[in-house]
Amino acid sequence: MIELRHLSKTFKTKESSVQAVQDVSLTIEDGEIFGIIGYSGAGKSTLVRCLNMLERPETGDVIIDGIHLGSLNERSLRKTRKKIGMIFQHFNLLSSRTVYENIAFPLRYQGLSKKVIAEKASNLLALVGLNDKRDSYPSQLSGGQKQRVAIARSLANDPDILLCDEATSALDPQTTDSILKLLQDINKRLNLTVVIITHEMRVIKQICDRVAVMENGRVVELDQVVRIFAQPQQAITKDFISTVSTLSRINTLIEEKAAIVSIRTPQQLLRLDFKGESTKEAIISEISKQFNTTASIIFANVEIIQHTILGTLVVILDGDPDNQKQAIQYLDAHDIRVEVLNHA
Amino acid sequence: MLNWIATFAPNLVKYWGEFTLSIQETLQMFFYSGIIAFIVGLLLGTLFVVTKKGNIFENRLINWIIDKAINIFRSIPFIILIAALIPVTRMISGTSIGVKGAIFPLVLGCVPFFTRQVDMALSSIDEGLIEAAQSMGISPWGIIFRVYLKESIPALARSTTITAISLLGLTAMGGAVGAGGLGAFVLRYGYQNYYNDIMIICIIITLIMVLIIQFIGDLVIRKTTH
Repeated sequence: MIELRHLSKTFKTKESSVQAVQDVSLTIEDGEIFGIIGYSGAGKSTLVRCLNMLERPETGDVIIDGIHLGSLNERSLRKTRKKIGMIFQHFNLLSSRTVYENIAFPLRYQGLSKKVIAEKASNLLALVGLNDKRDSYPSQLSGGQKQRVAIARSLANDPDILLCDEATSALDPQTTDSILKLLQDINKRLNLTVVIITHEMRVIKQICDRVAVMENGRVVELDQVVRIFAQPQQAITKDFISTVSTLSRINTLIEEKAAIVSIRTPQQLLRLDFKGESTKEAIISEISKQFNTTASIIFANVEIIQHTILGTLVVILDGDPDNQKQAIQYLDAHDIRVEVLNHA
Repeated sequence: MLNWIATFAPNLVKYWGEFTLSIQETLQMFFYSGIIAFIVGLLLGTLFVVTKKGNIFENRLINWIIDKAINIFRSIPFIILIAALIPVTRMISGTSIGVKGAIFPLVLGCVPFFTRQVDMALSSIDEGLIEAAQSMGISPWGIIFRVYLKESIPALARSTTITAISLLGLTAMGGAVGAGGLGAFVLRYGYQNYYNDIMIICIIITLIMVLIIQFIGDLVIRKTTH
């Protein structure tokens, strides 16, 4: 378990000082995939570097499995770091060494026999699917292959935690998917705690269990990814969600007064968000039957996040205003979030 | 072979003994001072890089001293340096003339230049690599040898080649103040006695030496660049 308690870090130059991390406290459970999202400069890279003391926090504690990292001497810190793997945006492979040598690199000079090292490195090569690239040099690999080598290397010392600093930001969408699948796979297979720093909401959406949203050095929102998607609280969180959802188009259409969203009295333009069970019920036909209203669907979207279905409908509700009111109450009662986007 | 050479280089044949001796002296000066300068420069250059701000052995004082010492010694023209150093050379080497007397000033003339080259080579290593090595729990010494030095072998080979060629130039200059070698030989006969054949042959010999150095350097760079 990783615990951060009131962590702060300021970078000082002669002229100014930047508070990169401000009073961050959070807990990351064993075996979970924890995402930290924020725009560049939000302090997320500094925060993740505090987790293995590449950056020393000014105040606050980093406690991993009960050990206060700040209290360790250099030697013990190095020993602890072996159990915290890390991968980077630009891979940081050693260009003078082959794929195999890169993976074996962290294993050498710590008293392991050649045979043990060779066996471990070969297993890791197989794990990341790069058996055929064993003797290639990093310059001969694609970005995705380089990141696979970096992942294998970070796993060499059997870590309990893997820190990913913008690990997919330099990769194309297909390669990003395959790297995310690999991370998810090793998370399950090795029961590895994975901490992912990213500015891409789709990375969070695809594999994270929980997410912390960072802005100006602070964590402004932290919850399960499903909940964040279903009910984002902060404006910045909504911004991030809109990057992976076509729903934001609706707002543009309303602003542009497009024909498809135009309504007349007593119509209302509603957004209905539902999750899990309620998606299976025939809600729309129910409100037509029971309250004599009509709901014409102009937009529908379904997301599957962490095996939970999140559905969104944008409908134009028509009928007697009182009936409409009752229909909305009915929807509310059935755990469907109703937002009036526009009314005539 | 001497007869054959005698037809177009009569003066060279006349001083053949001195000629071969001067080549030998040049090679001695080159290798002795070269090896010492390589080791010292590599040590100082590495020390300079790792003591920089934010690096693994950050130390402002050491870094400042190396920096200033390099600048001071690099700004003194070698011909003046070698003359000014005579008392120190005598103390260290026991003599200020001949091959033995030349080595100390040659090392001193070469080290600042090479140290800067090492600085450039090591500084071009991506900081991310150092960070990655630190995140793996590699010790600072491990980072120096297994990341900094190992990763910059091609760049160091390039710097060594450049430095070696300039060192060869310095050995010739040493000839002006009694160090012997090809420089002194050419000065004595090619320059003061107007023996053009000696001048030309010595230029060709130097050219061949430079080509050999460059060839070896290129070979190492090619073999170590991936």
